[in-house]
Order: sequence, then structure tokens, then C-alpha cells
Amino acid sequence: MSERFDIAVIGCGVVGLAILRRFALAGLKCVALEKGADILSGASKGNSALLHTGFDAPPKSLELQCMQAGYAEYLEIRQRLGLPLLETSAIVAAWSDDEAAKLEAIEFKARANGMADVKRLSQTELRIREPQLAKAARGGLLVPGEHVIDPWSTPLAYAHQAIAHGAKIMRGAEVTRASRDNGDWQLATPQGTVSARIVVNAAGLYGDHVETLAHEAQFKIKPRKGQFVVFDKPAAKLLRAILLPVPTERTKGVVLFRTIFGNLAIGPTAEETDERENASTDTATLEKLQARAIEMLPALKDVDVTAIYAGLRPATEQSEYIIEAHKNENWITVAGIRSTGLTSSLGIAQHVVKLYAKHFGKLPKKIPAPIWTPVPNLSEHMIRPYMKGGEIICHCEWVTRGEIEAATQGPLPAGDLGGLKRRTRATMGRCQGFYCAAHVSAAFEKAKHGAP
Amino acid sequence: MEHHDVIIIGGGPAGLAAALELSQSAAKDVVVLEREAEAGGIPRHCGHKGFAPYKNFGLMTGPHLARHLREQTKALDIRTSTTVLEFTLRGNLRVHSAQGIVEMSANKIVLATGTRESSRAARLIGGNKIKGVMNTGELQQRVYLNGEKPFERPVIVGSEWVSYSTLLTCRHLQVKPAMMLAEESEHAAPGYFAFGARLLGTKVVKDATLVAIRGHHSVEAVEIEQNGARRTVECDAVVLTGRFRSESALYASGFLDCQGFAPKVTEQFKTSRPNIFAVGNVLGQLETAGRCMLQGQEVAKVLMQ
Repeated sequence: MSERFDIAVIGCGVVGLAILRRFALAGLKCVALEKGADILSGASKGNSALLHTGFDAPPKSLELQCMQAGYAEYLEIRQRLGLPLLETSAIVAAWSDDEAAKLEAIEFKARANGMADVKRLSQTELRIREPQLAKAARGGLLVPGEHVIDPWSTPLAYAHQAIAHGAKIMRGAEVTRASRDNGDWQLATPQGTVSARIVVNAAGLYGDHVETLAHEAQFKIKPRKGQFVVFDKPAAKLLRAILLPVPTERTKGVVLFRTIFGNLAIGPTAEETDERENASTDTATLEKLQARAIEMLPALKDVDVTAIYAGLRPATEQSEYIIEAHKNENWITVAGIRSTGLTSSLGIAQHVVKLYAKHFGKLPKKIPAPIWTPVPNLSEHMIRPYMKGGEIICHCEWVTRGEIEAATQGPLPAGDLGGLKRRTRATMGRCQGFYCAAHVSAAFEKAKHGAP
Repeated sequence: MEHHDVIIIGGGPAGLAAALELSQSAAKDVVVLEREAEAGGIPRHCGHKGFAPYKNFGLMTGPHLARHLREQTKALDIRTSTTVLEFTLRGNLRVHSAQGIVEMSANKIVLATGTRESSRAARLIGGNKIKGVMNTGELQQRVYLNGEKPFERPVIVGSEWVSYSTLLTCRHLQVKPAMMLAEESEHAAPGYFAFGARLLGTKVVKDATLVAIRGHHSVEAVEIEQNGARRTVECDAVVLTGRFRSESALYASGFLDCQGFAPKVTEQFKTSRPNIFAVGNVLGQLETAGRCMLQGQEVAKVLMQ
């Protein structure tokens, strides 16, 4: 007999894990099924890690509602989950008179979306705030609520809390077949069959494929690729706020932002692609990104590039999120969650649980108090393990052997080297493994196989 | 605060030779801080011959030279697994070891932090982000320190000394590279090296550039561009060699005056700060281990003056 769950979430990206957490906290018996060797192996692997206010989101949209709810819940729970917040604020910077003229409309929309604290900055005010910015900057709009967070520890913390509340996470568990039996779903995976009353499709880049397990998909995933260039740590001192462009009709444009790990990055591009995993970068685009960053922040010309990457956003034909309950099929669809997913995930989870309560049954009345499961800190501005000693293995990011061992233990050990990097940052620094990759992979293998 | 007469940052050939020379000149209070678990520097994992103390060429292997240096400096205060995190505003050092972080000061500081190859990211090489792309540094540690065989058919990119050192590593592994992509470089090794590589059976392609690295989980092919035309070469790894750049993390953010990534120094190895000196490959000219040792010896003489 397969184990029977109330809820099976398909997909362990940030959205799937936030939903898993919310159902587990609500006292339901849940499982999450992930195709990859580790969580966060799809769209959640590469994003810009910003906590958005939603100031520029479509007014009254579900996206805005989820972003604002997600933003509020993140701030409420983050300290208990050990999650960092780098309070940077953002500036929508105008680089021409045309762009400066558009700031008014952006400000108006921001106020309509509830951001009463936005503020126009004159050229002089902008220069005082950001003295390293190129002279061509004409002025901007300050959005105080926009911040920087940790893109990988955040969903990891959600996963850990879900597990503490009894949820199960299965990796390497692609759902290959699905059928209904007495109303319950039977989901076939390489790890065995999972039986669940309700299925939540949070499969991100494969959302349309997974949807066909239940019915013909009403949407098609059209992955949108974003390439990024990350500069070495000295660059982080050059900029305080997140620097947003004035969007054009065609594109939202590239953002210059600090990372929680103490770097400075530029991206993403927005390119239609057929790739659904392992997004590729290309030299010409990377060169353009680097050049654009230097154009905005001239001192970057003397700073090395630490990393390059590409992420994929699971866009659909429409810009609005697709979140729907299919009552007769015991199925909830969560699709088309693009760049704002990291911010909105907790809000999406609240919304999905409400949909559940409305369509599929009452939530348990008595639920245990939340168990808080803080994750290790990776952010540069808070206390890191190396500060207390230990043996540093990764010299660029100051990752200790203890951190690598810890990442291979516990209820959700790193499933592969990529997962180890996301949990510890080992080999992610400026040398990209020249010095430490051999040691790190040896230490990982050793720890994984339980050597003392 | 712990104070010393001389602190040397980096226990490779330059740093160890400086420490040795200082100890022989009766300097009493010299400490070497080395972040790896073992001193010896890059030669530790250059398993081929060609090394010699204080000379450009010799019959020692890299590990042999590193052992020799460790042996000679055995009695000195060399602290391994000890990382200098940063210079403080006052010019002292924030130093990490197993016990935690302490601040250290010195009358004179010698930077001997060496050099590393440019990463794929720094070269902005596009394609898929997958397993099997590495520098020579990583490759040689995998092979000579871990005993791994990381590939069967790599493409080697570069035409510098180290690129040919990678060929010797392949030979040691009994692996035949799919191709050596000898990109133009101002630090190219003499042309007869390419001739030698061909004699060893490696296809050497000049005037071509690496455009992209392709694969699903690990490297399956590279795209190269030659005379305006693109083509694909199948392989299972890419070794990006050379394009060395100083390991500059400690001083790059304006702490020392630099030329590129290297600190500017006088003929006496003095940097822009009066009590800080720099020697060896951190200076940006890629030198042999023997030459770096000579520089270490020279800076020791300057310090004793």
C-alpha cells in the first residue's frame, strides 16, 4: 500500500516549498515531489533575490496581492527562521529626459499600489545617495521598501519547517503517471507510488506538462531566460540601493543590485527560449551586461567578474499568475509565477490554502504551535560560522568544513554538488574553484558517505 | 594583540624562501601565515618535472620541491590553515584560524599570496553551466592530491607554459585531449612547445576561440570559432589554462596602489604602503617557482637592511 497524504505538491521550487510549509503548518499530511536531485533545481535556482514591494505590479492583480502578503509574512517570520534581510531600498533611475518624464507615472502607480513612502529624487539628491553613479543619471524614484534577501536559504528554511511539521520531501521523484482511484490521486514516481487526496501543481518550468496529468493544460509555459553577471566583493561598496531602470514598453530592463552574499550583480535579460533547464549564457550578452554595469557605475571597470549565470522564469501567455482550484479533479494549479515568485511565495501559499478550504474541505481546528527551524546564515552582513573558528575550505567565501558537513546531514541533506553550493556557497566565489573545488568535492563525498 | 617583526602572507615558494633567508640572517621574529592545510603553494600539485630551488628549470617535480621547502623551513613559525581575512583600517591583519579570529600586527608585512588562473566567469565564456569545466589548478589538485581521473577527452584552452603543464597532467592520466585550443596570449610559451604537443599526439589549433561550452549535466562539446566559422568539438571536459591574475582579494579595494590586479612595487619590492612588501607571482609576472624563491630571498635582504 502506498502512503496516503492529504496534499501532494509537485515541484520543490520556492513556490512549492512555501505551499508545502503552509499546508503542513495547517496540520495536513503533505508530501512534495521533486524531479531534480535536490530542491530548487529549476526556476528557483537563478533569480535576482530581491524582496519586492510590488510598487510596479499591475494594480489589483493577484500577483500584487500575493506579493504584498508574501512580503509581510517574510518580514514577520524571517528572524525566527534565521533568514537575513539587507535593507537597501531601490531607486528607479532615469538616464535621459524621456525617462525622467516617465517617473511621475511610476510614482503614481506606486502610490496606487499602497506605497506611500516613495519619494522623487533630484539629480543632486541621487548623487548624494549614490556618489559612484555615472554623471548621466538625471534623478530617480526612491522605493524604500525594496530589499535584498537570500534566494536559496529562504526556500530551504520553508522546507525545513514543513518537515518539522511532518511533511515529507521526495527528490528524484518525477511524477510519470497519475490516475484517480476512489477520488484519490495515485502518483507514480521512480521512488514509488504516492497517494494523495489533493494535488498542487507547482511544477514551474514544467507546469504545463504536469497539468496534462489531470487535464488538457489551459496554458503553455514559455520560458523567459535571464542572464546575470556578478562582480567581485569590492564592488558592493559602490552602490547602496537596488538600481532599477525605467521600464520601456518592450522590457522591464536590467537591474543593478547588491547580493546578500556581498557581491554586486547586473541582470536579468529577458529572452524567449525553448530551454526548460540548464539555461545557457552567451558571451555577447554577458559582455553587454558588463558594459552596461560599467556605464552606470564607472568604478566597476576595475572589478573582476566573479560569476555568470542564467535563470529561467516560467512565464505563460498571460502576465497574471494562474492560480486555480479544479474542484472536480481535486487539483490546484499554480502556474506562471515569474520574477516575483521569491517575494510572493508565502502569499501564494496563503492564497492556495484558502482555495483548499473553500473547495476541498475544512482545515483541522487544533493545530500545534509552529516549530521554528532556523537555517545557517550565509549573508555577508551577519555572523557567519568561520567567525568562531573552524577550518576554512573555500577561501574566497570563507566556508568551513563544518558547514559542508552540516549541509550533508539533517532531514534534507544536499542532493548534489549544486545543492551543496546553494547551502554553503562553497566554490561560488571569485576563484570559482581554482583553489578549493577539489577539496570541497572530496569533503562532500566523505561527509555524504558518513565517514567519521 | 599579537605582534611580530615580520609577517609573511602566503607559504608558497616566494614566502617560504623569504622566511628561510630571514631566519638564516638571524631575524628572530618571523611568522608565515598559510591558508592551506600544508605549505608549499602551487608546486604541491604540479606533478611533473621542471622545478628547482632558485633556478628556472630543474629535475624536481613540484611536490618534490614543495616537500624540500617544507623540510628546510621545518623549524620556522609557519602557521597553516591560517587565513588572513583582511587588512584593518590601521594596516593590521585580521587572521582566522581554527581557534577563531584575532588581530595581528607587524613591523613589516610581506605579501606573497601568489596567483590564480582566470575562471570561466571572468572570461565570460557562455554556454551551459555544467560539471567538467575547470582551471589547471583544480585539475592538478584532483589528480595529484585526490588521485582522481576527472575526464577521458578534454579540450585544453590556452598556449601558456601552464597549458603545456596540463598536457603533461593528461599524459600522466594516460588521457588524450580532444584538442588544444591555443588562443593567442601575450604570455604564450615558445612555439616549439606546440610542436612538442603535436609530437605527443595532441591536435593543436591556433587562431581559434572558445565560444561556448555545451552539455546537459556535464560537458559534452565545445563550440569554437575559427576564421569566422563556428564548429563543434566533442569532449568531456574543458580545462581553462593560464591568464593568471594576482590573488588580490586582500588589497584590491584601494588598500594598495595597483597596476591591473597586481600591487605596484619599487625595485625593492615596496608597495604604496611603507611597511608592506610584495614578492612572487602576486606581482603579476608569471614566474617559475625558482624565480619566486629568488625574489623571496631578495626581499629578505631588503628587510634586513
